[in-house]
Parts: sequence; C-alpha cells; structure tokens
Amino acid sequence: MVVTSKASPMAQDLLNSFSLPKTLKLKTKQQELLIRVATLSLIYLLAFVTRLFSVLRYESMIHEFDPYFNYCTTPLGRIVGGTLYPGLMLTAVAIHSLLRLLRLAVHIRKVCVLTAPFFASNTTLVAYFFAKEVWDSGAGLVAAALIAICPGYISRSVAGSYDNEGVAIFALLLTFYLFVKAVNTGSLAWSLGSAFGYFYMVSAWGGYVFVGFQHVQSGEHMAAMGVFFLLQVFFFLDWVRHLLSDTKLFQAFLRITVTSAVAVGAVALGVGMASGYISPWTGRFYSLLDPTYAKDHIPIIASVSEHQPTAWSSFMFDFHILLFLFPAGLYFCFKRLSDATIFLVMYGLTSMYFAGVMVRLILVATPAVCLISAIAVSATVKNLTRLVRAKSPSVQSGSSKGTSTAKGSSKGVVDNSQPFQKNGAIVLLLGAFYLLSRYAIHCTWVTSEAYSSPSIVLAARGAHGNRVIFDDYREAYFWLRQNTPPDAKVMSWWDYGYQITAMGNRTVIVDNNTWNNTHIATVGRAMSSYEDEAYEIMRSLDVDYVLVVFGGVTGYSSDDINKFLWMVRIGGGVFPVIKEPDYLVNGEYRVDKGAAPKMLNCLMYKLSYYRFGELTTEYGKPPGYDRARGVEIGNKDIKLEYLEEAFTTQNWIVRIYKVKPPKNRW
Amino acid sequence: MSKLILLFLALIPLLCSSFSPETPSDRRVLVLLDDFALKSSHSLFFNSLKSRGFDLHFHLADDPKIALQRYGQYLFDALILFSPTIERFGGSVDAAAILDFVDSGHDLVVAADSNASDLIREIATECGVDFDEDPAALVVDHSGYAVSATEGDHTLIASDDFIKSDVILGSKKIEAPVLFQGIGHSLNPTNSLVLKVLSASPSAFSANPKSKVTTPPSLTGSSISLVSVIQARNNARILISGSLSMFSNRFFRSGVQKAGSPIKHEKSGNEQFLNELSKWVFHERGHLKAVNVQHHKVGEANEPAIYRINDNLEYSVEVYEWSGSAWEPYVADDVQVQFYMMSPYVLKTLSTDGKGRYFTSFKVPDVYGVFQFKVEYEKLGYTSLSLAKQIPVRPFRHNEYERFIPAAYPYYGAAFSMMAGFFVFTAVHLYSK
Repeated sequence: MVVTSKASPMAQDLLNSFSLPKTLKLKTKQQELLIRVATLSLIYLLAFVTRLFSVLRYESMIHEFDPYFNYCTTPLGRIVGGTLYPGLMLTAVAIHSLLRLLRLAVHIRKVCVLTAPFFASNTTLVAYFFAKEVWDSGAGLVAAALIAICPGYISRSVAGSYDNEGVAIFALLLTFYLFVKAVNTGSLAWSLGSAFGYFYMVSAWGGYVFVGFQHVQSGEHMAAMGVFFLLQVFFFLDWVRHLLSDTKLFQAFLRITVTSAVAVGAVALGVGMASGYISPWTGRFYSLLDPTYAKDHIPIIASVSEHQPTAWSSFMFDFHILLFLFPAGLYFCFKRLSDATIFLVMYGLTSMYFAGVMVRLILVATPAVCLISAIAVSATVKNLTRLVRAKSPSVQSGSSKGTSTAKGSSKGVVDNSQPFQKNGAIVLLLGAFYLLSRYAIHCTWVTSEAYSSPSIVLAARGAHGNRVIFDDYREAYFWLRQNTPPDAKVMSWWDYGYQITAMGNRTVIVDNNTWNNTHIATVGRAMSSYEDEAYEIMRSLDVDYVLVVFGGVTGYSSDDINKFLWMVRIGGGVFPVIKEPDYLVNGEYRVDKGAAPKMLNCLMYKLSYYRFGELTTEYGKPPGYDRARGVEIGNKDIKLEYLEEAFTTQNWIVRIYKVKPPKNRW
Repeated sequence: MSKLILLFLALIPLLCSSFSPETPSDRRVLVLLDDFALKSSHSLFFNSLKSRGFDLHFHLADDPKIALQRYGQYLFDALILFSPTIERFGGSVDAAAILDFVDSGHDLVVAADSNASDLIREIATECGVDFDEDPAALVVDHSGYAVSATEGDHTLIASDDFIKSDVILGSKKIEAPVLFQGIGHSLNPTNSLVLKVLSASPSAFSANPKSKVTTPPSLTGSSISLVSVIQARNNARILISGSLSMFSNRFFRSGVQKAGSPIKHEKSGNEQFLNELSKWVFHERGHLKAVNVQHHKVGEANEPAIYRINDNLEYSVEVYEWSGSAWEPYVADDVQVQFYMMSPYVLKTLSTDGKGRYFTSFKVPDVYGVFQFKVEYEKLGYTSLSLAKQIPVRPFRHNEYERFIPAAYPYYGAAFSMMAGFFVFTAVHLYSK
C-alpha cells in the first residue's frame, strides 16, 4: 500500500512532465491506466527486491534442508510422484533453458535461488487480477501490494529457498483466479486454463500422488469424490425435471433418487472402509482436524516444528494488521455476495482454520488473508476518499460506477451525513495510511531479520550490536568432505541428512526423506541410550561418525538437545525400552544438576556436552554454563569410552565424533 | 573389501619386511627365556619350529638389549615368552609394548607356571585369561592324573579334553593324553574371543598341593582351562599355557598312562599337540584370504557403478587358505554373502567350485538406497574374513517401467472407446438431420 501511495504522485509527476510540452491532458481513464500500470510494475519489482536480503547479506546459495534435496535431485533419483513433485524442478529448468536460449549464461543454481522471488512477483500480478475479478481494480492494487510484502509468504519465498511452496502458491492463486474467472464468465477457455493451472499446482506440490489408485482409494479424497458424485446427481435431476412436466411426479422422483443416491454412497463408503479398499485417513490429515492427535499418536509428525499448532504471536508476526483487516474484509464480502466473494470467504475461513492448526499452513492462508484484507482496505479508503472529495453533503458524486450495492452504500453515507464528517474522514484516512505504513515497516523488518537468514548460516547480534556470522554448519560439512573416508557413514538426526549428503558428500543413516520410521527410531534410540548400548546399535548400523548440533556456546536454540525429546518419543514409539519419563524430572525437561540420571548419561547428552564443563561461555557464569538453555549443566565430567571427538567447529555448533573400532582382544 | 584393504594398508610396514599377505606364516620369532638352560631342555619344541623354517632369536628376558621394534618397525613376527617368573623385562619391553605388538598383528605364545609373575599374569589378563590368584596353586586331579612310578601329589595331569577343531589341532586325532603340570586359569566370560583348547577334567581343582585345602578352591572342574588360545580381531593369535614344562623334552618323550585307563601310551601327546597348536598360532594353518571380489549383472561381465532395483546380479569371491607354503583353495559350504543396508535384505550361501571360487546370483531387492555386499565369515579357528563393498541401488527411471501393463487395459480401452465414441457422435450429430 505504501508503494501505491508513493507511486501515485510519482506517476503523476511523470505524467505531468510528459504531458506538459504538448499541453495535452490525458483523459481520466488513460491517467488511471497509467497509474495502475506504473503502480503494478513497481509492486512487481518490490516483491522481487524485498526477497533479496538474503542474497545481498550472505551469498547466492540455497538455504534450508529440503531445498537442498530439491536442488540435488541426485542421480540415485527418487520415485517421481511418490516422493518428489517435479513441477518445481521443471520450472527451474525451463527458466534456465529460456535464459540459455536468450544467450544468457546463468548457472542453474542462480536460477534456483531466484525462482521463488520471481514467482512471488508473478503472484502479485495474479493477486491483482484475482482481486479485480472479485472486487475492483483498486482492491487489486492493494492486494498486490499486500501480498508482495506479507511475511507469511516471504517466509517461504526468499531468494535461496528453492522449495515447492515458492512455486505452488503462485500456482494455487492462479488456479483460484482462473476458476473464479471461469465461474464468472462461464467461458470454456478459462475453465480449461483453470484445469491446467490446477495440474501445474499439483505437479509442483504434494497435492497429488501420481502413481497407483491413491486418488480413488485414500480417505482424504473421499469428500471430493462425494462432491463429484453429488454433482452428477444434481445435473441428472435437473435433466429429469426438464423432461418431466409434472411437478408432483418430479417431487416423488426427487425423493426416491436422493434417498437412493445417499444410500448408495453411504453403502459404497462403508463397504470400501470395511474391506480396506479405501485406506483410512493418514496421521497428517487427522492432525489437521484435531491438533492434539499427532502429539498423542505419531510423534514423528508432531516433531516437525512446522506441524505444530500456530501460536498467536506467529499469526501477529506473519500477518500484522491483516489479522484485523481480515474480519473487516469478510464484512465487505458478505455485504456484496457473489459467487466470487463466497468462494473467497470460504477459502479464507477454511485456510485460516487450518493455519491455526499447523504453522506451515499459514502460507496457504496468506493469499486469502491478503485478498480479503485488500477488499477491506480498498473499500474503506474508497468510501473515505469519496467523503473527503464530496463538495457538499448533499451533492452525490456522479462518477461512481459501482454496482447497486456500492451505490446504495455511498448514498447511505451521504444521506446520513454527520457533522465533522469530512474531518473525521480525513483523520480516518490518515489512520489507515499510518497503519499501512506500519505494516510496510513491519514486513521489511521481519524479512530482514527473521526470514532472510539461511538456516545453514546463523547470524546473531554481538555485544556491540554488530552482526556476527556463525558459519559452523558449512565448516563441519567441509571437514567431513575433506577428512573422512569417502565411504564413511554419518549418523545424525534426520534434519541434517540432506545437507551432510549434499555438502559433506557422505552417506547418512537417515535423511529428511526417510520414509522408514524404524530407521529414524533406531537413530533416536541410539541417541537416547547409554553409550555402551548405543555402541551396539551404531556397530550394527555401520556408523563411522556421529554428528550432533549443539547450541550451548552460542545460544542457538534449535539444537539437538532441544530436539532430543522428540528423538526419545520417536525412538520410544518403535522401541518401548525407551521411555520418555526416564528423561524427565516431574514432567520437566532439564539438563542441569536436577536432570534425570538417564538424561545425564545418554549418548546425546554426552556428545553435546563433552568437554563443555571446562568451558566458560559467559562472563560471570560458572564454567559449563549452557547459553541456549540458561543453566549450568549437570554432568561436567563426561568420559567417552566408545567414541572419540573428531571435530568441533569454531563455535561448537556442530560436533563430530568418531566411533572407535571394537577392541582388538575382546 | 575396503576394510581389508585398509587393514593391509595399516600393516604395510611390516608386510614389506616379512609377514606379507602372500606368505602369512611368521618368520622371525623372538624367544624370551628365564634361563638359557631352557634352550636345551625344550630343544625338541624349538627344533620343530626351526625345521619348519622359523628363525628363532633367543634372549634372556631381562636382557637389556632386547627390543621389539626399531624405528617404528617391528623386528619380529612372533614372540614366545618362556619366562614365567620374570618381573620386569629388559630394555624397553613391558606389558604394554607386548600388547601393542599383538595389536599390530603379531603372534604371542605365553607359558606360565606356578609362581607366575605379576607381569605374566597382567599380559594374560589383558588377553582375557585369569590365572589362579594363589601363586603356589597347581592344578590337581585325583582321578585324571598321569600314572607314574612314584605316587605323587597328582599334579601331573594327563588330559585329553581337547577342543574339537581340526583347524586348530590338525586333522590327525591326538591319541595319547597330554601331560600337564602347572597353574590353571579361567576364561574371562566377557571376552568372546578366547577359546579353551585343553581343559581340565571335571574332577580337577586348583589349589596348593602342599597345604591342606581348607576353603573351597576358586577354580574347579572343567571350567579350568589348561591351554587357551585367542584370535584377536586383527587375526593376531595368542597361545596361553599354564605350564612351561609341557613344552619340555622330558614331557615330549615320556610315556603316559592316565589313571583308570588300561592303555599305556609309549609317548605322550604333548609333541603332537603343541606342534599342531604352534602351526595354528604361527599362521601355518587356518589363515584365509579373500580376493577377487566380483559382481555384475547376469549376462554382463563388467562391474556396474550402480544397480537398479530388481536387477539380477552375480557375485563371486575367491577364498584361499594358507597351508604353510602355498595358498590352497578353501572348500566350505557355509560362506554367506549379505546384501546389506542396515539389515541384510538378502542372505545367500555361496556355492563353491572346489577351486576357491565362491559364487551366487540373486535379485536386488525392491528397495533402493546404498547397499553393501558383505561377507562376514567367522569360523572357529579360521581368520575372520570381513569384506564389505558399497554399491548404490537406484529405483526405476521413468522410462524403465513396463510400457503396457495388463491392469491398465480398462483405461486404454476407456480412452480409445471414448475417442471412437466421440467421433461417431460427432459424425451423427453433424450429418444426420
């Protein structure tokens, strides 16, 4: 919105400078078009530029865990459709080939890095057209501006985050736009476009599994199948009514058909469920409906931080004022109900509900929230400016070409004119601009501080406010690459699997795409066992090195000790010898002197805190003070019998241990 | 395989000088004695070694000039400790040096006796063998003793409870009992590598024969081991005996009659037993090598860098046994190969052609990932073979799936009937008025 307000005077200036020599005044319509195009192209640029913080601050690289996998779709290959969705890779390759065709020699990595920002820019265009279709072009501009800098979307689309979501949100919005367009126009071309958009979306995202009969059999798809079935029934009835002239006869027919259709559907569903032909719902789906389901039943799903229920603060963080504009937008949508607005309201409400269940689904809710908020902003500002511009209370602005409801509302405002109406409107307008500018500032700040740091390079503020960079991950991965035998096997928690494979070039026991829960549980069990028991497990897994991530020196909180309870839960889910209460004291997770004895002696604790007891991390604190958890550790005298320290990075964030060979004579 | 190569790489320094993978028997043997008189009193044993080509270097155990290694290289391939009472070795040799000697792949023979020194006990303990703590204790057996002219204290035992292993004791059965006089030991139960080669009879016990037995003896019955061997993980072999005199000419030559047995043997089993055992300890027998690991797809000759799921492959390896002078084909029916990724997906027994080549063929499982061909061959008395060869397995490429599958014929049918139907419909709709 800030851009809009900034851009308009600029465009005006441009306009003036161009038009002055000829002393030719553009018509209002042309003026409007020019402003709109200029604004939109600036938004387009802004959406791209604001996502470049990470590239400017660090370097052109690919950030997260998953994106690494997407980047290095290894020669080993994955089963297309089953574990990998080709849309993203195809897109990047297509862009790359296009650039090559234009004789621009660009490395594929650069293309991958910039794919997400590029598609974010395109998303703003789609948002404009979508809002224009649903409401008007003003709302379109606002929507484009809002979505361009909305943190909820930026979090997944900064330069370097080469992930499915970056492309998929664009595809999602495009599909919805084309769908609404098709509904509004009834045109076959648009619906065809919508179908292609949908195909693109599902090929880019895990919306669809290509192989097998899953789309017929899986429980998640039953609702969609049911709707499809009902549509057939509906049109069949329509056709029958067309044939039957007698209403009474039709009523009877209707009753019989509906009853039998419902019965047939229910029986089919029941038989399918009972015979196991229709698979039951998966855990991820249950956890969507019941946020506590995963925690109780499938720790591995709940362990992923982006599957957690969303905290209120992260709504605020990702949406800022949109959160308050959203209900207002809903109000405007309800006031002007049409197919398009109903669709938008439904999209907004369902996605908001799911965003509350799982953090990662905030991303899906973002476009809806932006669009609905844009309607609120646009409608409010429009009404207010109309008040401001009104010459006198009694004169109605004739230029309004809105629909009957808009006319009605403006009429209503004029009729019920209040004292200080104009001044009030100006104050409200200023307030709205203040809010929007706060939104812009917040978004820029969030992008710069929170979402642009690649997770393999950590940044922190030093004591003097200077930026400190911890490049420990890459240090460790390059150490692995340079100093270990090429066939060495590294055991670590699965989060680091792709990176060790891609950057360290070593085999891992479990990685981010490990589908075999037992493998992950085995690693979890090894990490939560005593050293001698863990040694047996590691021997059986042929492990040569163990890698742990430790934040006690730097205060990096997403380290393995903080993830450890999940390892215990996942390990315990398969191997009941591992029991979560053994690691807790009165239900409390601690690492200090009061910690559970098993906790103090398990492999993960030992590997994380080995030699840590000698280290003074913070002035005025005893040695062995863990800065990530803010306590003095409970076991400072750690002796390793079956492992030896091989490498610890500069800031102790990554620690690598070598598994000793068995004793020669025993 | 790579592990084996690594092992060999680590061993290169000594392999170059003597103990080469091509001729694994020991050549240079250091013999440490309490007294040079042993050289003549035990000459039969030493001569047997010499006649088999060993180069024996005799030294007093406290000779200050003895050294096991020089400039980081070991001077000997094996060590015989016939010095049960030594408290401190001469030169730079100590218990740790001897254990390092073993840990770098060399062989060791330790003969203790009653009054064995703490040093000898320490070495034995480190190898998983605990001698009776009473220094004056001897193994006494009132029913399994060797009949002699004078009614002694029954510490001279005639034992015939051998380990049942042709590879350790040779294929020729040892007919006569073995004479033993010395201290007994027990095996540390946590040590999985140590083996009892000669055990005492159930009626034996370990006590000081000169004093009255007041407390129950700590070692009794067949849990007492008289002679034990250990094959370390690096295939170094260790022989520990509780008696030095069993190696002596006197015991070698003497006749033996076990109490209660009518048969009187002209000659005790000591010579055969110890010679055969020394052949095993010095790698003249039971030393295997695996070479020439090959695997390829059925019908191809070259080794691929990667397999695809459900490929049929052939795996072969050649295993030879060292006979003391030459490599001979090893024939067994229990060599197995695993196709392994965290757990064996395929476990197959290899068939052999009797000329050393072992082979099999199997289908790669329907699972992709980084697999290993593993041969883990551990058989009593033989050196352990541990071959691992890493090989990735990939899934089907998109164009490797079957083009037409029967299950999809309804779909093909649907597609084409739809097209045909549409064509007919169009034709009818357009032209039938």
